[in-house]
Amino acid sequence: MELVFVNLIDGLVTGLLLFMLSAGLTLIFSMMGVLNFAHASFYMLGAYFGYQISQYTGFWIGLVLAPLIVGVAGAGVERYGLRRVHQYGHVPELIFTFGLALLIEEIVQFIWGKNQVSYGIPEVLQFTAFSIAGNSIPAYKVFMIFISIGIFLGLLYVLTRTRIGMIIQAALSYPKTVEALGHNVPLVFMGVFGAGTALAGVAGVIAGPVLGTFPGMAFVLGSIIFVTIVIGGLGSLWGALIASLLIGWITTFAKSYNLEMADLLTAIGFKKPEPIWDSAWRDLWTVTSPQIADILPYMLMVLILIFRPRGLFGKRDV
Amino acid sequence: MTDDITTDPSRPSERMRAGSMVIGKLPWIVAGLFLVILPVIFPSNSAITIMNQMSITMVFALAYNMLLGQGGMLSFGHAVYMGVGGFACVHLMNVAGFFDYLPLPFLPLFGGLGGMALAIVVGSFSTRRAGTIFAMISLGIGELVAACSVIIVVFFGGEEGVSADRTVGMPFFGIEFLQQREVYYLIAFWLMLSAILMYLFSRTPMGRMANAVRDNPERAEFLGYSSRWVRFHSFVVSGFFAGVAGGLFAINYEILTEENLNLTTSGTILLVTFLGGVGHFFGPVIGTVVFTLVQTVLSLETELWGFYAGLLFLATVMFFPGGIAGLIMMHAPAIRLGRASRLILPYLRCLAPAFIGILGVAALIEMVFHVRHASVGDEEMSLYWMTFDSHAVAPWVVAIAVTAVALALTKRSAPALRAAWHDANTPEGGAA
Repeated sequence: MELVFVNLIDGLVTGLLLFMLSAGLTLIFSMMGVLNFAHASFYMLGAYFGYQISQYTGFWIGLVLAPLIVGVAGAGVERYGLRRVHQYGHVPELIFTFGLALLIEEIVQFIWGKNQVSYGIPEVLQFTAFSIAGNSIPAYKVFMIFISIGIFLGLLYVLTRTRIGMIIQAALSYPKTVEALGHNVPLVFMGVFGAGTALAGVAGVIAGPVLGTFPGMAFVLGSIIFVTIVIGGLGSLWGALIASLLIGWITTFAKSYNLEMADLLTAIGFKKPEPIWDSAWRDLWTVTSPQIADILPYMLMVLILIFRPRGLFGKRDV
Repeated sequence: MTDDITTDPSRPSERMRAGSMVIGKLPWIVAGLFLVILPVIFPSNSAITIMNQMSITMVFALAYNMLLGQGGMLSFGHAVYMGVGGFACVHLMNVAGFFDYLPLPFLPLFGGLGGMALAIVVGSFSTRRAGTIFAMISLGIGELVAACSVIIVVFFGGEEGVSADRTVGMPFFGIEFLQQREVYYLIAFWLMLSAILMYLFSRTPMGRMANAVRDNPERAEFLGYSSRWVRFHSFVVSGFFAGVAGGLFAINYEILTEENLNLTTSGTILLVTFLGGVGHFFGPVIGTVVFTLVQTVLSLETELWGFYAGLLFLATVMFFPGGIAGLIMMHAPAIRLGRASRLILPYLRCLAPAFIGILGVAALIEMVFHVRHASVGDEEMSLYWMTFDSHAVAPWVVAIAVTAVALALTKRSAPALRAAWHDANTPEGGAA
């Protein structure tokens, strides 16, 4: 039973981290209709900028400054890159962000090299917050949870309670009307793109020390955040939250409980072929849940796209 | 000879998908002859290895462009169909007795059938919508199959992959395919055959409908065509030819691994195709040649070749969405007016300094890289056949000065080029 709690917390940390990335991505998508392939690359940039700044001033300044720089870089990409490609249509936009993701990885390798950099958690947070039945929960995990929840609440507040949030929401559905009312919609787009990438930057700064800061970190998370927002429903903030938590928990639980396909197949009445290593079905019989934990989200996404293309909470089809 | 250009290439939004042009018999014959004499011109083994690799990629890129260019479907997981076709072939080669019935040159056909079978299954649900949803499903399927390669060891062979021996088969008219050159002719034959078939497919009513559905699915539906089934058919045919490419890969390398399925391979083929130009049938061919040369030549010279390739790709998307083929075809009107010669001098004046400027920027990048990453004490670097101290001031001053002057010259001659371009494209006495 105690293990369940530990896994719940681990899954929550993973899920909230995913949420910080997918929140920005889903906002950007609903604004511009473009899925930003390079979103995870901005997360990586956040981690590296955080590392570089922390070399001079310590972790906390990095936590504030790095996302700002990433946000400015993101806004620049929107202004000088995406806006130009926009006239060619959606497919070139997608291809553009794909190429950008490749380029950012190369740039990171160019500047910081191919190996992992030593980006560690600050000393203030290097203690055990509490422990459940012998499994200690580090304080940094608790810190990650609080930061992400804080960001979610802040985002919710800005989007639903402030004037800027209202304009953004209106521009999502009726950009022409909002423009006619005298608002600078391209500026709003640029701002949202910058804010979304800055969020990814925050995620990078706080995830870099625990997940490792290396040039492949964007690739690891890149496609999983697409899965998240497709499952949650494109453009839906709540959907992104639910889907992130779902994926966080599914993968954590699948990894820590060793469920075997053999048990399942026996339970529904199949007989295990003997000897197993000679059978054509041996791979099916020997599959275990930790083995497939990482592809479960993809399976879920394909199923969702087939049976409910709008996702769990989406209002419109992809 | 330029009948029915369906879209207007002068509008930026349509430049990427300029119409398909009729290609006469002559280019095909020339291409075929060229393929035949290539090994005579470059007889070395390494050259033939590169040509084999190029030909296989060409088949794959042409198949990919059936989706992206002609059908308007962006796939992030097309390597899967090539890979599965290849794995099917490797297994067939290992089946005892298979070669008693059929000689090796027929093998790619079965690779095609393998790729097609998977495409039928996946296409049955993924082609319902084009655009983003199609791209996402293709990404998901791509990741799924790539991950399955470690789990389904029976078919994908786990981490070490599956290997086979192509020479066990019965001789085909006395050829045993022991030598690279024999394999080259086999691959070249399949390249020509697949290219001709794919071109003919693009000329059938089916292929034309694929263009229509790409440009305006709603209108195609009003004409009574199910855009979903049009997409499905393009997808299946593309899967077939991707599988053929996989079969050729199996014959050439005799091994297939997880690498043939993963996202990197899928991304590379997108890069190659887009670089060459998706709007024209022969675009992917150019893309393959350029990309393979960039890859082999640059990767010998510099560690940063991926960086340059990425820059080139991004520049293509931003400034020339028609790719290299689009750039070439932009000159068609000037040639038809007989005024292309007026462009030569302004081009030289503008592009020569631009070329030097680009080399200069690359030199600066390499020098920064060397200063940052070379081991301590190693201050000597060689670049463009010169050896110098990367920590001294003089090389930096020279590099910056040359780059700045070259770029300034480019900038100065650009207006003249623009005027010449306008002049060359304006018919006599008429306004543009």
